[in-house]
Amino acid sequence: MSSTFDLSEVSLRELNRSLHEASSGTFRITNPRGAHAVAAGIDADIAVEVDGSVGYYCAGMHQVGSVTVNGNASTGLAENIMSGTVRITGSATMSAGATGNGGLLVIEGNAGARCGISMKGVDIVVGGNVGHMSAFMAQAGNLVVLGDADADLGDSIYEANLFVRGSVASLGTDCVEKEVRLEHIETLKRLLEAAGMSAEPGDFKRYGSARQLYNFHVDDIDAEVQQKVAK
Amino acid sequence: MSNQQWNLRESYTYDRNVIAEIRRAANTGIYRIRGWGAKRELPTLDDLVFLGASMSRYPLEGYREACGTDVVIGAENAERPVKLDIPITIAGMSFGSLSAQAKEALGRGANAAGTSTTTGDGGMTSEEREHSATLVYQYLPSRYGMNPDDLRKADAIEIVVGQGAKPGGGGMLMGQKITERVAQMRTLPEGIDQRSACRHPDWTGPDDLEIKIIELREIVDWQVPVYVKVGAARPYYDTALAVKAGADAVVVDGMQGGTAATQDVFIEHVGIPTIAAIPEAVRALKELGAHRRVKLIAAGGIRSGADVAKALALGADAVSIGTAALIAIGDNDPAYEDEYQQLGSSAGYWDDFQGGMDPAGITTQDPELSARLDPVIGGRRLANYLQVLALETQTLARACGKSHVHNLEPQDLAALTVEAAAMANVPLAGTSWIPGQS
Repeated sequence: MSSTFDLSEVSLRELNRSLHEASSGTFRITNPRGAHAVAAGIDADIAVEVDGSVGYYCAGMHQVGSVTVNGNASTGLAENIMSGTVRITGSATMSAGATGNGGLLVIEGNAGARCGISMKGVDIVVGGNVGHMSAFMAQAGNLVVLGDADADLGDSIYEANLFVRGSVASLGTDCVEKEVRLEHIETLKRLLEAAGMSAEPGDFKRYGSARQLYNFHVDDIDAEVQQKVAK
Repeated sequence: MSNQQWNLRESYTYDRNVIAEIRRAANTGIYRIRGWGAKRELPTLDDLVFLGASMSRYPLEGYREACGTDVVIGAENAERPVKLDIPITIAGMSFGSLSAQAKEALGRGANAAGTSTTTGDGGMTSEEREHSATLVYQYLPSRYGMNPDDLRKADAIEIVVGQGAKPGGGGMLMGQKITERVAQMRTLPEGIDQRSACRHPDWTGPDDLEIKIIELREIVDWQVPVYVKVGAARPYYDTALAVKAGADAVVVDGMQGGTAATQDVFIEHVGIPTIAAIPEAVRALKELGAHRRVKLIAAGGIRSGADVAKALALGADAVSIGTAALIAIGDNDPAYEDEYQQLGSSAGYWDDFQGGMDPAGITTQDPELSARLDPVIGGRRLANYLQVLALETQTLARACGKSHVHNLEPQDLAALTVEAAAMANVPLAGTSWIPGQS
């Protein structure tokens, strides 16, 4: 089954209700004209294609199936994605893939600030550059950047892996460069293939947590003094 | 009194609490982290009294005449509005900060009283969904455990911008409480000292929030209401902006509001008291023509039916309780005095919620300690306590001649102090004077 929704004629509510009620099929959305929350909350194995650029939170909390945007996306593209695939052929502004738990987000162009912020298991592949504070507090998953990363990459990062082929303007607090092992090459191969992007895995550097912020550092001078007295 | 005692003069500036804290800081090199809420003396709702009916107003009979207590939230936007029997809700407290037994007890008590409970920073557990007939799902900056399936199971969504214990700060959960299950729910390594994000990752201001609310409504097909919770710092502006963003309810949490773990300096020195916050939030709602349409839920140090009634008289539609609910189910129980003392505390003082050693089995993830709390008994205690709060609120409302607790109004109140008069915008008792107004 294939259906087309012209957003110049139907409301956002009507569109999303139809997508939520569907259990299979393909859907084409035309004239999005920067609409917000397009195809948010999809929880069935359907394929959605959007012709044009979208506003905030396109494919928000995406759970299964695929959403493809032939255009650009504004803030919060595929925020909190759980599974499935979201792809845009253009660029995304802020917080793409924020808090994503799983699935694959492909941005063929650039991503703005805070790409992959607080990511919790999602895989994100960016064909171009990522903006400042990307992967801030990133907890799990992989961020692959074929271009450059702006300032404070991976600030306060937990266990996510960040792979950057180009330059990194600066690393954030507690983020360090790490060894690229065979397992990481395999991860890169898999993600590049899934994203349909051509790059040599060996050209990427890996960044992750120095784990210095995981616990508070607590002194106990009193105990030390008591031990000395006891001796 | 002996001469020795007269010779001992404690410094007001450097009293024993101050000296102990300086010594603790010098020993450890880390700020004090604790639970509970502000402990220092603050202006409270105790500084207000009701003007019971007499010649000019007609009281209702105290036991039998009807005095409604119900609240409906979200009737304008949600297919399934939240309908509460009493205007007292249970505030957001996470599994992780609380034991599963404590969450179950809160759910059972709230169910019996016909009100809602709320999740916390860490997601929704199947147990709390099962035991809470009306469950509000918090949408927090950390998004720990955030799951669209759970979002759809919720009876309301509460977007947390801040909380009264720490407006401008994020949550904390110390390593002792990050067990395997808690770590898994939050996608964090076990045993770390978790410091949650203090700002949302994908919106940065009220214009963004408006779009975020639309997204959440779209995801749940406009089924349930959306609340916005703020810590009381600038309640006039925050309330106005939350209304502008499309909230069905605004939760304003005063600085007496509790927490499971935060820096003491934050708890005691950030935010404004509840008595000062409510009138400012109401002023914003009235100016926007949204009072009673967008519901105001006041929180922070609500302990009694008197507090509930005063908050409602100032213009709130409901209140929310956290610390008092924990006390009701058994927190700081004198039966565990020996154990509190072994931990360097005492029943009535215990606030080391962050440490996970709670003898009462409430603010812990230790299986043996948690097992001490019988959730059925705890639930009954909470239900009784909520019933008392509702009865006390009705008693005061009837005394003021009101057939519904929402008919209470500022004109039913007088202030006992100049500060309270200024903050609450009600006259100083025995006068018609409101400071700042002619």
